[in-house]
Amino acid sequence: MSAIATGERERRSVFLALVRFRELSIIIFILLLIAVVAANAPAFLTAPNFRNILLNISILTIVALGQTMVIITRGIDLSVSAMIGLVAMMVSFTVVAFPAVPPALAMLLGILLGGILGSFNGLIITAGKVPPIIATLGTLSIYRGMVFLYSGGTWINSFEMPAGYRALAKAAPLGVANIILFAAVVAIAVYFFLNHTRPGRDIYAVGSNPEAARVSGIPVQRTLFMVYVISGLLAGMAAVLWASRFESAQTNTALGFELQTVAAAVVGGVNIFGGSGTVPGVILGAFLLGTIENALILVRISPFWQLAAQGLLILVAVVVDSAIRHRLQQIGGSGELS
Amino acid sequence: MTAAPGERNGTMPPERKRLSLDFFLRWEWLLAALIAAVIFVNAQLSPFFLSTRNLMRATSDFMEMGLMILPMAFIIITANIDLSVASTLAMSASLLGWLHIQGVNIWIAAAAALLLGLLAGGLNGLLVARARLPALVVTLGTFAFYRGLAFVLLGDQAARGYPASFTFLGQGTVGAIRLPFSAVLFIFFAIVFGLVLHKTTFGRYLYAIGNNEEATRYAGVPVARIKLIIFMLSGFMSALAGIVIAARFGSTRPDVGTGLELAVITATVLGGINIFGGSGTMIGAFLALILIGLMRFGMGLVNVQGQVQSIAIGLLLIFSILVPNVARQLSRRGVAVRRGAVLAAMAMLALAAFFIWFFFWSRVPILNQ
Repeated sequence: MSAIATGERERRSVFLALVRFRELSIIIFILLLIAVVAANAPAFLTAPNFRNILLNISILTIVALGQTMVIITRGIDLSVSAMIGLVAMMVSFTVVAFPAVPPALAMLLGILLGGILGSFNGLIITAGKVPPIIATLGTLSIYRGMVFLYSGGTWINSFEMPAGYRALAKAAPLGVANIILFAAVVAIAVYFFLNHTRPGRDIYAVGSNPEAARVSGIPVQRTLFMVYVISGLLAGMAAVLWASRFESAQTNTALGFELQTVAAAVVGGVNIFGGSGTVPGVILGAFLLGTIENALILVRISPFWQLAAQGLLILVAVVVDSAIRHRLQQIGGSGELS
Repeated sequence: MTAAPGERNGTMPPERKRLSLDFFLRWEWLLAALIAAVIFVNAQLSPFFLSTRNLMRATSDFMEMGLMILPMAFIIITANIDLSVASTLAMSASLLGWLHIQGVNIWIAAAAALLLGLLAGGLNGLLVARARLPALVVTLGTFAFYRGLAFVLLGDQAARGYPASFTFLGQGTVGAIRLPFSAVLFIFFAIVFGLVLHKTTFGRYLYAIGNNEEATRYAGVPVARIKLIIFMLSGFMSALAGIVIAARFGSTRPDVGTGLELAVITATVLGGINIFGGSGTMIGAFLALILIGLMRFGMGLVNVQGQVQSIAIGLLLIFSILVPNVARQLSRRGVAVRRGAVLAAMAMLALAAFFIWFFFWSRVPILNQ
């Protein structure tokens, strides 16, 4: 239409740019939340509290990034929590039995064991053609059962663990706690991998249109196998950090954590039907969940209300996100969204 | 989520030609055969297995799960999912307990719990059907929200002291074989849900939505209303399961039924209901519940811990879908294998062998302490 004024057209292109900037709605939501909480709790907007939030979301971010890669391929990995529980138990048993094992080796062992568990998932899904939600629902039960089989119901306490192992997550030789550095390195590596390497781009291609990806020569099965192995590797790393940070390995370590990782990814704008999702979005998603948890404590909401408020805020975040995107889409014309 | 067209959980016969074979290749027959095998093995292992009294008592452990499987079958057939069922169960049971503590008549409290379940399912349904949000995401949120409300209602206390007329719902038995009352309730609802699914237009619509939602909408079917109804049914049945579980335990804690949602989904999928929607039968879901119940009961009799039992359930879930898939692939392609595949298989075997060795080797020093 020639009647559209230049100003109008410019405004449209600005909105289109906003639509493309998928993390916008979650940033708005985080800022709103911060404003409300800061007005009610002075301790909220302080550097130590910010550091506290980062400490709390590090493990979540690491596992959620693996989960994200799986979800982009239209899959889901429900077994991450059980992998964390099993690897945390096996590595902790090993370092307690052999205190001479250096923490770095313990970390490598955890990553290796997690990768093997992840490769079982990948094998069942690619070679066995079992739908991912069913395969990982099955391995969720199997791996969690194996924690009991392995430990015989016993657990590892803080005082049994070697000091180096306990310090692995919390020590801060570079000024920031190691656990935050691990999360930052993983985030940068995953960002680079997803955006600037061929296997990383293949993940999006497989998720957007598996058939088209296959026809254009992308190794679909290998890519699928790979994302489950990566999810396992990251869960293995998270397991060692978990055992080190909380100084214990129990049979119910990380029970129910799988749904939190899915929540962080989804709140961070990862499309549950595959094909899209970004690293900054997932970090923001994990940050939002961490901020909600932190805020509820600072505003002195009864602990019995916390889970309900968390669930409600996840719902609100998802509904608001969807509403904002729809609205932007309407104003901006036919911006492609999903 | 990576379904190639035509690939269906092993529920669909691969070719249409062999019609006479199809009847016997149905998923339900495989489940029936597995049930027979489990009964045979268990009867050999434990002399207590075939005692009617034991079997009947064990039955009541699985009836809450059964009540939730019925609407879950509806929801999964439409290619949706409900992760909030166990949380709805806990929230409704907690409301019942809270009202009981306030001195409200137990039957009024039970009615309120059922109403709350309907509302909870209604919220899920509205967000899925009207706001067009993915069911997995919505019910993940309400999974936390409803469980949280259960804690808000009861906090760290437990409600107890229900009257005997109420605990009959979970503990009472009927007839000479001592059939649990909850089983009567379950069988009644299983028949109702089965008839609705297989003998009514509403049931046909569920399959249609699962196969092609867009086409079903254009055909004039009120898709949004149907989705709302099935989520409300799910909320209602979860609340009913909450009442039964409260009556069975004689007390209610807000953490009741934690993790039950995954057990419910496992049983539904094992029953041959396609996780991508569009196929499955109520008889299959019913048989899967019996199979899981018998397996757990049998393993319990030979002193296998509950958590270790879940390894067997997980393996059963995976292999029940993996074996038919692999068999079909082999029969279609013959046994011509590439060298790369052989190398990959050997690498996987080596990794698995290492893992198993490390698993049993590294636990010894601690367990011997």
